[in-house]
Amino acid sequence: MSATGIGAPVRRKEDFRFITGKGQYTDDINRPGQTYAAFLRSPHAHATIKKIDLSAARASEGVLAILTGDDLAADKVGGLICGWMIHSKDGSPMKAGAHPALAQGKVRYVGDHIAVVVAETLAQARDAVEKIHVDYEVLAPVVALDQATKSGAPVIHDVAPNNQVYDWHLGDKAAADGAFAKAHHVTKIDLVNNRLIPNAMEPRAAIGDYDSGNDAFTLYTTSQNPHVARLVLSAFIGIAPEHKLRVIAPDVGGGFGSKIFIYAEETVCVWAAKKVGRPVKWTGDRTEAFLADAHGRDHVTHAEMALDEKGKILGLRVKTKANLGAYLSTFSSCVPTYLYAPLLSGQYNIPAIYVEVEGIYTNTAPVDAYRGAGRPEATFVIERIVEIAARELGQDPAEFRRKNFVTSFPHQTPVIMAYDTGDYGASLDKALELADYKNFQKRKKESAKNGLLRGIGFSAYIEACGIAPSAAVGSLGAGVGLWESAEVRVNPVGTVEVLTGSHSHGQGHETTFAQLVSDRLGISIDQVAIVHGDTDKVQFGMGTYGSRSGAVGMSAISKALDKVVAKAKKVAAYALEASEGDIEFKDGRFSVAGTDKSLAFGEVALQAYIAHKFSGQELEPGLKEGAFYDPTNFTFPSGVHICELEIDPDTGVTTIERWTAVDDFGNIINPMIVEGQVHGGIAQGVGQALYEGAHYDANGQLVTASYMDYCMPRADDLPSFVIDTTLTPCPSNPLGIKGCGEAGAIAAPPAVINAITDALGHEDIAMPASPQAVWRAAQKSVHKLAAE
Amino acid sequence: MYAFAYHRPGTVRQAQSALHKHEDSKLLAGGQTLIPTMKQRLASPSALIDLGHVAGLAGIEKKGRNIVIGAMTRHADVASSAVVQEHLPALADLAAHIGDPAVRHRGTIGGSLANNDPSADYPAAALALGATIITNKRKIAADDYFQGMFTTALEEGEIITKVSFPMPSKAAYAKFPNPASRYAMVGVFVAKKGSDVRVAVTGASNDGVFRAAPLEAALHTKFNAKSLEGVSVDHTSFISDIHGSADYRGNLVTVMAKRAVLKAQGK
Ligand SMILES: Cc1cc2nc3c(=O)[nH]c(=O)nc-3n(C[C@H](O)[C@H](O)[C@H](O)COP(=O)(O)OP(=O)(O)OC[C@H]3O[C@@H](n4cnc5c(N)ncnc54)[C@H](O)[C@@H]3O)c2cc1C
Repeated sequence: MSATGIGAPVRRKEDFRFITGKGQYTDDINRPGQTYAAFLRSPHAHATIKKIDLSAARASEGVLAILTGDDLAADKVGGLICGWMIHSKDGSPMKAGAHPALAQGKVRYVGDHIAVVVAETLAQARDAVEKIHVDYEVLAPVVALDQATKSGAPVIHDVAPNNQVYDWHLGDKAAADGAFAKAHHVTKIDLVNNRLIPNAMEPRAAIGDYDSGNDAFTLYTTSQNPHVARLVLSAFIGIAPEHKLRVIAPDVGGGFGSKIFIYAEETVCVWAAKKVGRPVKWTGDRTEAFLADAHGRDHVTHAEMALDEKGKILGLRVKTKANLGAYLSTFSSCVPTYLYAPLLSGQYNIPAIYVEVEGIYTNTAPVDAYRGAGRPEATFVIERIVEIAARELGQDPAEFRRKNFVTSFPHQTPVIMAYDTGDYGASLDKALELADYKNFQKRKKESAKNGLLRGIGFSAYIEACGIAPSAAVGSLGAGVGLWESAEVRVNPVGTVEVLTGSHSHGQGHETTFAQLVSDRLGISIDQVAIVHGDTDKVQFGMGTYGSRSGAVGMSAISKALDKVVAKAKKVAAYALEASEGDIEFKDGRFSVAGTDKSLAFGEVALQAYIAHKFSGQELEPGLKEGAFYDPTNFTFPSGVHICELEIDPDTGVTTIERWTAVDDFGNIINPMIVEGQVHGGIAQGVGQALYEGAHYDANGQLVTASYMDYCMPRADDLPSFVIDTTLTPCPSNPLGIKGCGEAGAIAAPPAVINAITDALGHEDIAMPASPQAVWRAAQKSVHKLAAE
Repeated sequence: MYAFAYHRPGTVRQAQSALHKHEDSKLLAGGQTLIPTMKQRLASPSALIDLGHVAGLAGIEKKGRNIVIGAMTRHADVASSAVVQEHLPALADLAAHIGDPAVRHRGTIGGSLANNDPSADYPAAALALGATIITNKRKIAADDYFQGMFTTALEEGEIITKVSFPMPSKAAYAKFPNPASRYAMVGVFVAKKGSDVRVAVTGASNDGVFRAAPLEAALHTKFNAKSLEGVSVDHTSFISDIHGSADYRGNLVTVMAKRAVLKAQGK
């Protein structure tokens, strides 16, 4: 391992810029003549718009334009799209209601966009927003998921008369029913996966800029995938053809999925820029982020597990209602279907699985992918039901899991996925050891002496990352292919620029991607620049989400590097006057086998550009190669997390005492960055389990619309984590990488809830398990304190 | 935020006349409540009268058996004051747990008491310790000062200049933070001075900070956490929200009172 190559815990190159305040986020960018946009948002969850009176607002100081849904229609600007088609059981396509960027006749959630004011200053834009008078006819809202599809419920979109977007299924119903028919024991569980609000540190922002000389647009925006944004804005919304639309996603301060999607605000800014004739900037404030960033999760599930007399799992049936909010956001439809149900086999050998999912409209913010996207929901179901099954059968939860682990690979589950490799027992063994499981009962007794309830909870998760083979996702309804592209440009002095279609918004690509180049070309990471986030620089890319940038993005770079080395060998052969077959490349030097003749990588780069030693007919000058990489399978990171906690029954406060995580991420490029990803993931997962929860009241008003009520996990809520890894390299990409970005968020919630219910003695508890909720459960707890 | 005028008086008298002169003007102390409210356009004062440059409004001194704290004294300065730590450690501890470091370096005791947020910490200390709120016009006993959430005895144009805290023989504050905001969901300040025991509760009631008579009576008999066993306060007018319903807050009052007593006894 070289100092900056694969496997080295290199400090992040980008951090100097971020820590010293030199990052360039969208809001740091200002264009000459820039104007400011402010949106009028619906104060009602559900209402028809009878009339909009703009006269007072138009007369307001500094106002340049006020645009509404009528203007969008007049300009034939298309609506926002959902890019993944889901078909119901009966073969009918999902019922996607129109999603105009500015409301046309109706508003469907609090925060829905009605009009935009563009003014000289932000304060003027906001003043004018307050002067717009809208005459609403308030309609009864649909808020509760279990009421949404009942007959007589208000209709949100005419295309979906019972508010059902789809009624989808996966798996073999007859086989699953057969398993239950012969079951010795059936474990049943009802679960809610609570709605979360992503809360990236940087709110969303956009600047639309129009160049009338070239009839071309530029959009600066907080995006995880600028090329997808361009594709959607161009091909579907119809803002401009792709070659006339440049999308720049500069430094982006966190996304967690919420910045994948193409939203109303950026669409409106880029469209308005031409209408106003000046750049238009919008920067969301925190309230807007709470109200109108796509939320995550929000499932209600009933699950049943069939078991034989020894505790072997025979079958699983799952019925889920998934809240999709008021409109279908960009990838919303696939999250509770193809990103969820195929993961319900967990790490277990389950012969028969049948899953039914209803996607449902409600008068709430759209719900879409959020860190883990579907996989945390699946893991919560399987890891809760497995835990309860073990308890019901009186078996040790760790050994119950082990007994049901998949042990031979490849393993085809009954729900699409073919697990390629793994060693689940190894992760479990290591985790049990690190968590000192054997002495847990002793610690529990100690806690009881202090009046505290101690519990331990397991989560043996699996996820499908590296999303994903294009042919596979295409067959499942995706509107795009999920390959990645890369271009490696070697400069004459031997420095390297890598253009990637991945996008870094906290992941540290500028470091890890450079480490790959350093490793392969034998140069320092300081000689490598990673270029991303600009559609004029990078040819195309699918962006960063689903822990795909290592497995897919870096594999594309790896492929391009292969081509660079191959070409450089040819150049070296001319320069060293040897035959190409005799050229060896090692540690950054090209040498002629069996001689002391050699050239450094930089020298060969120069030879490629000066092209003095060969003719252009023999070999093209220059050293630049590109590659598209399409994976052959998903990757399957897995691991075991163990949470040990104490509950104060007097207050209901839960304190996590130990956290053990043993993950198999395949090969690791930078262990320090991976650890950081695991820490952040666990924090977010613990957040879901203990603190976070979006709450709408019966009128569809978001009660948790600020940090006064929406509780984020903080550093002092968490212990120091004990983190380790096991390794089975991924066989389906050249680097053996599986991905690590979502693991913690996927693994953590069931580990916490299993530990709380263990401490309380099998009481079920909803997330977030707030002090109040835990206190109430503790009052009824069957586990009486030994000390009492 | 809406536009407003900004004034920077140098004396309390100038501040008072500026307040008088500008209709709908407001005093600005640390701005930790006022500025966020203005940013959200929920408040629109015509002018801000900044107390930050008024001479003599900040500072801590021991005067006889009292600790006197200037209205513009920041929470962080109360928390780190050697005088407070020595003579009224419960107050230093309370101040050290308000908000976050940024809030503690801006927020002031005068602003907090003037605002009288039902979840704020200082009101519990002022009421339990029997503090005197000193204004440009008069002295107000804490028992008369707090008049329900966000309501005080302060009159139009009245400016808090100092707060005087009598030194107790034993005192402690136990705070149960709201999980999200970390304001007090329930905060109980217990103070014993001679045979007199006062217990003030913040965070719990729709009527703001209050004295918990049943707890005071129990502790008056014996100043001991055990005395509070089975003693509770009436929670019918308590706050119920997504973080805690009235009965849960009621439970927390007794639990936090016990913890405050243990803390006061150095346990
Ligand atoms: C993130 C955050 C967390 C917080 N957490 C807590 C917490 O845990 N516990 C807690 O108790 N508080 C908390 N606060 C509130 C904070 O502690 C401040 O003390 C409080 O906001 C008021 O003090 P201030 O000096 O900022 O007053 P300002 O915001 O400047 O003023 C508040 C009000 O008081 C009036 N006023 C100010 N000074 C005087 C005076 N001398 N005489 C008369 N009227 C005056 C003003 O006109 C205004 O109406 C928090 C605040 C924030 C922003």
